[in-house]
Amino acid sequence: MAETGHTVPSGKLLLEVVTPDKLLVSEYVDQVSAPGAEGDFGVLPGHCHFLTTLRIGELHYRIGEAEHYMSVLWGFVDVTPRKVTVLAEVAEKAEDIDVDRAHAAVAKAEERLERGGLPSEVEEARVSLEKARLREKVAERRKKQGHA
Amino acid sequence: MPSLQSLRRKIASVKNTQKITKAMKMVAAAKLKRAQDRILSSRPYAHQLRDVVRHLAERASPISHPLLRKREGHKTELLVITSDRGLCGAFNANILRQATEFLREHAEQGEQVRVSAAGRKGCDFFRRRTWTIRQEWPGIFDRLSFEHALDMGQDIIQHYNDGTFDQLYVVYNEFKSVMQQRVVVEKLLPIESLDEETGGPGPERSEGTPKAVGAYLFEPDEHELLETLLPKHFQVQAFRVLLESAAAEQAARMTAMDGATRNAGELIQKVTLFYNKTRQAAITKELMDIVGGAEALK
Repeated sequence: MAETGHTVPSGKLLLEVVTPDKLLVSEYVDQVSAPGAEGDFGVLPGHCHFLTTLRIGELHYRIGEAEHYMSVLWGFVDVTPRKVTVLAEVAEKAEDIDVDRAHAAVAKAEERLERGGLPSEVEEARVSLEKARLREKVAERRKKQGHA
Repeated sequence: MPSLQSLRRKIASVKNTQKITKAMKMVAAAKLKRAQDRILSSRPYAHQLRDVVRHLAERASPISHPLLRKREGHKTELLVITSDRGLCGAFNANILRQATEFLREHAEQGEQVRVSAAGRKGCDFFRRRTWTIRQEWPGIFDRLSFEHALDMGQDIIQHYNDGTFDQLYVVYNEFKSVMQQRVVVEKLLPIESLDEETGGPGPERSEGTPKAVGAYLFEPDEHELLETLLPKHFQVQAFRVLLESAAAEQAARMTAMDGATRNAGELIQKVTLFYNKTRQAAITKELMDIVGGAEALK
């Protein structure tokens, strides 16, 4: 884990994605875009200090020509000119997501939402549907990439 | 004098016990390795979060936040972290002794004390005692995950904000090394220091300040962020404590089972020796009888 800014090569950003269980990503990247609480935002090297919470959404980063996608569920981002730290409660790389399971989860969540029930249950179903859709979407990205 | 058969049975029985303790030791060793890895891999998150919260607390006026503010009240809660299973030496006994002592001391000072217990052993212990239990979390260590810490954190913070108690202490076994676990009492709420994860008085924010000099953009604003981050910080602390305790438990069990295996070995040796002596004595006696009989026939 690189601690200070000056070990980062110029023109690059250090991206760290951390979950309570582990350090998921620690790489030098060219660009990051993330789903902030008040809108998606992009980060290039030299960005000003910035701190925000995250929605459920897609985190995307670029190393050279290679594009990478991740799903993040809640959390927050600390941006400094040379380093982006993403602290997410749950985060998965696109290549780690099981597409079939993601499909199944979407179907299940949709069904639950349709069934209705108490407002809290509906809300819960809605959130899990959102999560499931997101994972599906991120997983599909990777599929497309694979074919390209 | 025990019969030869009963001695044979005894040896077989101790051997069986030894097999079990040996297996348990192996299992504990494997689990310990995993628990240690989990502690290590949870550290980056905890550290990063602490740094961020510290940045934030410097900017926003920290006194304003209820989780940081000291309260005057006399209601104390003790979170006792024990294991779910036994057979781990003095692991639980140490914790519970310390906890009882703590409770008695604070009760004597006129504080209103309450207990919440994580781990089945602690729940059982306090249920048989006179202390008031506010909340129990039994059976979480089998599949310990961050979710448990989330639940626990949410519950505790909610009650803290509602004024159920004014300060929260935790007592748990810290994992020092495989041979050594230390019982620690820590104050978790109000959050007093963000400097070190142990919560002790650390050096005053020396390296943190220069970073925060540049203008920071916050989205949403500082207070709202702090509002979400501080509970998270607390949950991470709770998670850390649970992980520490889980690792310490496995270490304690491993040590205890190692001792048990060795003791069983000694016992087997002793009984085997006695068995052989008895057997020989019996043979000698029979020989004497035969010789005596032959003499008599002459």
